[in-house]
Amino acid sequence: MLVSLTSTTPDATDLGFLLHKHPDRVRSVDVGFGRAHVFYPEATPDRCTATLFVEVDSFAASKRRSGRQSLHLGGLEPYVNDRPYAASSMLSVAIGRLFRTALAGTCDARPELVDRPLDLAVELAALGVRGGADVLQRLFQPLGYDVECAPIPLDTEFGDWGDSRYCSVRLAGRHTVRRTLEHLYVMLPVLDDRKHYWIGPDEVDKLMRRGGEWLAAHPESELITRRYLRFGTLAREALARLAEAGEDVDRADRRHDDAEQANERRMNLRELRLDAVMDAVRGAGAGRVADLGCGEGRLLQRLIDEAAVTAILGMDTSIGALERAERRLGLDEMSERRRERVSLAQGSLTYTDERLRGFDVVTLVEVVEHLDPERLDVFADVVFGRAAPAAVVLTTPNREYNVSFEHLGQSGLRHGDHRFEWTRGEFTAWARGVGGRYGYGCEISGIGPDDPQCGPPTQMAVFRRAP
Amino acid sequence: MRPTLTEIEIAEPGLVVLCGASGSGKSTFARRHFASTEVVSSDQCRAMVGDDETDQTVTAEAFDLLHTIVRKRLEIGRLTVVDATNAKTPDRKALVEIARRADLMVTAIVFDLPLAWCVERNSSRDDRQTPRHAIKRQHETLRRNARRLRKEGFARVHTIGTADELDSVRIVRSRLWCDRRDDVGPFDIIGDVHGCHTELVEMLDRLGYDVAARPVTHPDNRRAVFVGDLVDRGPGVAEVLEVVMSMVDSGSALCIAGNHENKLGRALAGRQVQMTHGLAESLVQLEQRSAAFRDQVAVFVDGLISHYVLDGGRLVVAHAGLPERYHGRASARVRDIALYGDTDGESDEYGLPVRYPWAADYRGDAAVVYGHTPVMAAEWVNNTICVDTGAVFGGELTALRWPERELVSVQAAEVYYEPVRPLDAEPHADDRAHTALDISDVAGKHIVDTSLAGRVTIEAEQSSAALEVMSRFAVDPRWLAYLPPTMAPVATSTRDGYLEHPDEAFAYFERAGVREVVCQEKHMGSRAVVVMARDVGAAEARFGIANEAGGVIVTRTGRAFFAESAATASLLARLRAAAERTGLWDRLGTDWLVLDAELLPWSAKGAELIQDLYASTGAAGTAALSTASKLIAAAAGRGVALDELAARTDERASHLGSFIDAYRQYCWDTDGVEGVEIAPFQILAAHGEVLARRPHAWHLDEIDALIAEAPDVLCRTDRRHVTIDDAASIADVTDWWHSMTERGGEGMVAKPADPVTFNDKGLVLPGVKCRGREYLRLIYGAEYLAPENLQQLRQRSLKRKSSLARREFALGIEALDRFVANEHLSRVHQCVFAVLALESEPVDPRL
Repeated sequence: MLVSLTSTTPDATDLGFLLHKHPDRVRSVDVGFGRAHVFYPEATPDRCTATLFVEVDSFAASKRRSGRQSLHLGGLEPYVNDRPYAASSMLSVAIGRLFRTALAGTCDARPELVDRPLDLAVELAALGVRGGADVLQRLFQPLGYDVECAPIPLDTEFGDWGDSRYCSVRLAGRHTVRRTLEHLYVMLPVLDDRKHYWIGPDEVDKLMRRGGEWLAAHPESELITRRYLRFGTLAREALARLAEAGEDVDRADRRHDDAEQANERRMNLRELRLDAVMDAVRGAGAGRVADLGCGEGRLLQRLIDEAAVTAILGMDTSIGALERAERRLGLDEMSERRRERVSLAQGSLTYTDERLRGFDVVTLVEVVEHLDPERLDVFADVVFGRAAPAAVVLTTPNREYNVSFEHLGQSGLRHGDHRFEWTRGEFTAWARGVGGRYGYGCEISGIGPDDPQCGPPTQMAVFRRAP
Repeated sequence: MRPTLTEIEIAEPGLVVLCGASGSGKSTFARRHFASTEVVSSDQCRAMVGDDETDQTVTAEAFDLLHTIVRKRLEIGRLTVVDATNAKTPDRKALVEIARRADLMVTAIVFDLPLAWCVERNSSRDDRQTPRHAIKRQHETLRRNARRLRKEGFARVHTIGTADELDSVRIVRSRLWCDRRDDVGPFDIIGDVHGCHTELVEMLDRLGYDVAARPVTHPDNRRAVFVGDLVDRGPGVAEVLEVVMSMVDSGSALCIAGNHENKLGRALAGRQVQMTHGLAESLVQLEQRSAAFRDQVAVFVDGLISHYVLDGGRLVVAHAGLPERYHGRASARVRDIALYGDTDGESDEYGLPVRYPWAADYRGDAAVVYGHTPVMAAEWVNNTICVDTGAVFGGELTALRWPERELVSVQAAEVYYEPVRPLDAEPHADDRAHTALDISDVAGKHIVDTSLAGRVTIEAEQSSAALEVMSRFAVDPRWLAYLPPTMAPVATSTRDGYLEHPDEAFAYFERAGVREVVCQEKHMGSRAVVVMARDVGAAEARFGIANEAGGVIVTRTGRAFFAESAATASLLARLRAAAERTGLWDRLGTDWLVLDAELLPWSAKGAELIQDLYASTGAAGTAALSTASKLIAAAAGRGVALDELAARTDERASHLGSFIDAYRQYCWDTDGVEGVEIAPFQILAAHGEVLARRPHAWHLDEIDALIAEAPDVLCRTDRRHVTIDDAASIADVTDWWHSMTERGGEGMVAKPADPVTFNDKGLVLPGVKCRGREYLRLIYGAEYLAPENLQQLRQRSLKRKSSLARREFALGIEALDRFVANEHLSRVHQCVFAVLALESEPVDPRL
């Protein structure tokens, strides 16, 4: 991986003083994960370029990554990866190491140069840009850079694979060397948005030190901070190992969630949905409530706050989601009286489960569409046949409404993991059928703005067991 | 004066309740006659919960614990002795209730020793002395209500009245009558005879019994087991009884009680019974015989027991069938269910009781053979089989040969009795038998018994990871008769420039004592399991599910390969037709098959991985290294000393180039199924046989024949045969491996000629993979061949991987065994699920 810094402000070779590296020599330093070299491909009074090239020892790096913090991509990612080549947090570390003095704003030989803005250009041969050129613009334009970004194709022999996530990037702007190095130091890991190699409790300090003077005013400061401080999320190693070749469940989910949320955020659909479900739960008399497919526990939070709900079971198939729910709800810190009402359990909607018996209400919020259509009969048997609560509250997208969404996947569905989405007619037919089979009456309604043509974005069925 | 008590017989398993005042010698007695783990004492429980054996304030908690321990022990069928005062009725009642729920007998041993003696013993204790008044109270209470014990539900009550008895009495443990696990057969289990004497004799004759002899015996010591209902309805009730009674008497047959014997017994005992369902006919026939014979019959039917557990617990015979939790138990409830089935009073349209379809939910290890309800044909359902095929109604008399599991039938000579309900109206085990998987089948820690590797343990975390993958991504579990095991690589080579080399494969098999080895080309694609039925009807019949494709093609984690079912349908249609043309269906006598295969190209399923990981790495690397080279050259041009860095960077660029070439080998364009190829290498199972046990040569020949019929979709697996002590064959295969891998091939898998091979250490690995030098760049990274890197990699450890490969292989075969034996879906699913669960073990993914 490498980065080049070019100054075109005469006398350009002053760059050597500022970086504390002589333009006619090579400086090589061991940086733990490999060896970093600084050399000057060009050094004239008009134009001077310093290149920082890091030879990453991919073997050393993979050893470091085999610990619990890594999220695998098909299991082999720790060993086969772009880390030796693409600019990342490791490059930030190398910058911190080789240009420490410059970052500190010291220049003993020519102190007057430190605060002098220069016409600088930064070139990165391969930079992974999460979010694409748009994010790159949003991050660097406010800082006063002209941004050029040329995508790199995945494989020239397989043209239809399209572009890779890497770009060859050129940033040009008038800044002090120190500030430009700070920008790079913070932005490289933010753009790359992959696991940092040096996560530690002092990350917040580092961010403050390098970005303290400009970050707060940056319009994207929230995005920058969030991504920079993205500590290794839960090590879901077992699951990741299972994730089939190339399918990192977590990552895929995150991607899908992003798209779905972007669509729905505009109308605050999630809140509307929870409101409607809570109304239905109250209407059904509350009592003992099981939320199946509880995810990270947004509905559970509402249920906990509802005194009429005497017992709450949150069930999900994803252990990761349950762990996040546990943290979100703060179950550890809850008073015993509140805590006793809540339990979380891993389960599946395609296996019958004794633990689901005896509930008054079962809620299924945006869950059924994640099941393969072939499994719907088993699902109905598990919920209506075996768990057999007095009432079932179920919500699912209305496919007809999708025409008014911008971000839809190739399948035309709202979320990459949706196996289907029903039109209003299809949903009603299914709900009536299931209700009839298992002896439940059902009432169908909509959630969100009711479009005259397409109906509401979300549809809801409230089933009540016939007495 | 009563006779001195010399012997106490107790039923094992069962509950023994010691009753006696403090100081009456219970604990000493318990120590002398029972293992310490068999005794649960209230004092110990007090100590466990409250640190002090005499602390009366923790009595409630201590008894809670005591009851829990007793309940658990009885649930799993352990003899349990309760050492507590048990003077009061409610205390004993609670224990009797626990035993009753576990369907086991409870014996009381009352320590009715003189009060003075108890007090004297108590006072000699240095610790935990009980106050005299308390002992007196206990003593009196017990005396007062001791005679009520039988009524309270104790099957046997033994009273020890003197210190002499206390010292001299012996404990005799007796097994339950139903427990005949030691009896290993072989058996011929014969269905409901109902007085069909002619048919019975013909059956015994056909089974090889000497029917002319009295009693009837078998020259090979086979024994008949009658499932009950010998009597009523048919014309030869007395004759049938004669034959069977003499056989049972002489030990050449066993017989369990049917509901008809039960009723006949009551009638013969002079009790009031309704003369329906053919009982009147039996009584008329018996009237023709002597009173002595009738008495014999009365004794015989009275002595019949509810069910037998036979052959090491592998076989259970009960007249109306028996859910697993009642196997080997003895209670009125067990007898009722064994004789009549689990009914709840409802009747069907013919006025016959509706029974709970226990077989639909049966998940037990033991095969259950039963009769009672006539069916058209005897069929295995979840490891249970009904062998009553309505002989008396003009159907057949059926026998099951055990352990052969062969059925033998004799057609009835005539309709002796009109059935109330037509035979074909018997409802089949309902559909839930196939679809209902319960979370408890898979969640949490599990142990799966496998025939190849014994008990395989699945930890709770492993199950939890598998549950998410299975329920979110896998196809309907009814299709999943198998998931493929992982495979270990060869031991690490020490040759220059090689991490893996064929030498180590042959060395492994030589050490393992395997002489004949088959080396198969390893296709670089995606592992695929093909499950297909001959037609939709066959799919419905065997898998209980049908789809457009009449089968599935799944990945190694059980998810469908193709999102579009039309794609699967088109591939399977071609495969099915090829099997039709080679006559494979008929040759195997099957209408379904499970194949193990590789699906090509890699890019068909692995596109996301290839692009996200391999092509991305290549793209980033090419851009970075080419720019670096240029800049280094420019600096060098200015006279900066960068020769070494320049050379190293070129070297790295060349490694990266080879890496890109390596993944490109396995990518080509596909459109739906156009361009997709399947390379089957094993026919895992078909009706009646787990073919995965057959030699590889058989598989490859059959598959070659299929390929000839469908060369557009099927792809041949090249192979070489090696005889380990033939150096020439080894050299030949090594050359073959070199030429294959240098052309970009992934490598080979070396397998013992017989897939399931044991040596004195156990199961030999079913295969070891030996991957090519270039291919391994995709596993270990572009630069793994650099000498310092290779040196590091040689330290890899294969132990866990090999152990995992062995366990997963055993689980896969177990799944197929269970599937072929038509066991309950959950029993198959458990094995398949376990393979997936083990795959979550943290093993170096590069192996």
